[in-house]
Amino acid sequence: MITPEFRAGDRAGDNGAVPIETPEELRGALVQQGYLADDGVATAAYLALSMRRPLFLEGDAGVGKTALAQALAGMIDAPLIRLQCYEGIDATQALYDWDFPRQLLHLRAAEAAHRADDVAALEGELYSRRFLVARPLLQAIETNPSVLLVDEVDRADDEFEAFLLEVLSDFTVTVPELGTIRAERPPVVVVTSNRTREVHDALKRRCLYHWVEHPSFEREVAIVRARYPQATQALAESVTGAVQRLRRADLLKPPGVAETLDWTQALLALGAETLDADTATRTLGAVLKYREDHERVARTGLGEALEAAGGA
Amino acid sequence: MPNDAVSVVVGLAHTLRAAGVAASPDRVHATFGALAQLDAASRQDVYWAGRLTLCASRDEIERYDQVFAAYFGDRPAALVRRPVVPAAQLRLVAADEAPAADDGEEDDEDSASAAAAASATEVLRHRDIATLDSTERSLLARLLAAFALPGERRTTRRLAPAPRGFVDRRRTLLRLMHAGGEPAELARRHRRRRPRRVVLLVDISGSMSSYADALLRFAHAASHRSPNSQGRGPVTEVFTLGTRLTRVTREMAHRDADAALLGVAAAVPDWSGGTRLGDLVKRFLDEWGQRGMARGAVVVVLSDGWERGDATLLSEQMARLHRLAHRVVWSNPRAGRAGFAPLAAGMAAALPHVDTFVSGHSLAALERLAAIVAGAREGRPTYA
Repeated sequence: MITPEFRAGDRAGDNGAVPIETPEELRGALVQQGYLADDGVATAAYLALSMRRPLFLEGDAGVGKTALAQALAGMIDAPLIRLQCYEGIDATQALYDWDFPRQLLHLRAAEAAHRADDVAALEGELYSRRFLVARPLLQAIETNPSVLLVDEVDRADDEFEAFLLEVLSDFTVTVPELGTIRAERPPVVVVTSNRTREVHDALKRRCLYHWVEHPSFEREVAIVRARYPQATQALAESVTGAVQRLRRADLLKPPGVAETLDWTQALLALGAETLDADTATRTLGAVLKYREDHERVARTGLGEALEAAGGA
Repeated sequence: MPNDAVSVVVGLAHTLRAAGVAASPDRVHATFGALAQLDAASRQDVYWAGRLTLCASRDEIERYDQVFAAYFGDRPAALVRRPVVPAAQLRLVAADEAPAADDGEEDDEDSASAAAAASATEVLRHRDIATLDSTERSLLARLLAAFALPGERRTTRRLAPAPRGFVDRRRTLLRLMHAGGEPAELARRHRRRRPRRVVLLVDISGSMSSYADALLRFAHAASHRSPNSQGRGPVTEVFTLGTRLTRVTREMAHRDADAALLGVAAAVPDWSGGTRLGDLVKRFLDEWGQRGMARGAVVVVLSDGWERGDATLLSEQMARLHRLAHRVVWSNPRAGRAGFAPLAAGMAAALPHVDTFVSGHSLAALERLAAIVAGAREGRPTYA
């Protein structure tokens, strides 16, 4: 009924790659980057690229929100520009800042060379591009193509959100002394949030919203195997099984995919071939990060989790 | 796009709105954009196009899934609309109040008997809410509307110009440049102070039924009148504790208290049931609190501490809440009664993990609660 337009294609086409025409093909391209996407993530990413809309990702910690941005950057062979949000972040840290010490030095140098008479020219020099320090948002606007990752936007305060909204809606930056800088082609934008607070609707409306779920057992095993090819299928399965069981075990901090990978890495470092009670106890710190969780698992019996994993 | 496809999508959006998902027109527009990129003949693609553009939170995704299934004929269409919640509690209150058409006359009466009303107000301030009749309740509702509940102030990471404080490098250098590089006065800035987030957990179980309406009105006023709602701090979060935990912050956002409470009634499936406080506090912490909502916040539990479940769980969870929050305040309406002792098992278990324990049975008691939430430092000059 509707013939899709493949704008995602020409982006990939820039780099000599085959145009991507369906979410399924995008999934394939992400696999090459070591990111195994499910239907939802693949469709979301496909639409983000083809509609040129920012992608707003929410989900539990460690489900691979940040990793998706990295994989997308790898896929379109563009630099990943990361803006980590924190409370109190403002335009001078996110957008641009003037390099005051250098401007001052320049001023002194001009004075010493007795060039200070031509005030207009001197001012023009002072407020030229070379004294402008580009912060992540400006970098992303100036770099084409690029992937902009606005990480943990929920950590920033609402003033910053309003400011971000302005930049994300038209991808232009106006520096009063210099003029307007416009993105030739807007960067691919991935915004992540851990949902510590509700991000304003206006910002979400500009974006495609996706809630990232924990992966299924098969997918998670595949993720482990893709990241650590030296891990045997048996090890990957037993670790994944145990983690998925822990995830259901009512813990303060259910382990994410990141923890599965950490645990596998820890076991590989110990040279373990399978997950047994002894190695599991020694490496449990890679998965559980709360004392209460350790106690709970010790109470309910770690063996139980492992047995079920072995059976899975 | 063929017309019928357009009407199908618009119809879906309408149904979603009926189910409480704010599928605004610009979002629907984005759905068409998404469909243009995908295969509109594929059920799966239509599903994702709608979900990615129309939803804005995890709760909305849940509703979307139900609506989508019903709309495209997997399930009986009855599921589409949110089950009509009778809102018995609210009906009662609405009927108790003078009908809207009478408002004008009522105002006249008010001015005629202003003196009488003033003294009635004073008496009302100290009366136990549970013992009020319907006229007194509607007066109380009006008094409650004047409440504000700003959180205690905290120092933020954001800096603002100030007469004294750290040296503001940027502004100092600007001044230097204006002076052609000659030493100029140092510009300074300091850390700004803002109110902390306030989280209200309102018990609406059976044992609290005579207070629930007043406390929710209090919560409504608190989330509107406080400086928090004017962009100067985080929004006051409101949850109800019944047989399950329901977040009603969004419903509370309605400016009109009666409309907001009707919204709450529709969102809350469990008026006047029993409470398992421990479970609910745990749910709050798992889903919201630990992620950040309770961190550094002033958390107020408005409950009589009547625990149907295991008191040890409540004790554990209150300890956890206490570690996350800046301050935990427990307001118990029963505490205002003569001879009160925290004997309810839940109350006794929670008490060691509560910073401040206050009563909450009357207007005066709620005023005190508000003062405590605002912190002892409130009243000093602030620079925000």
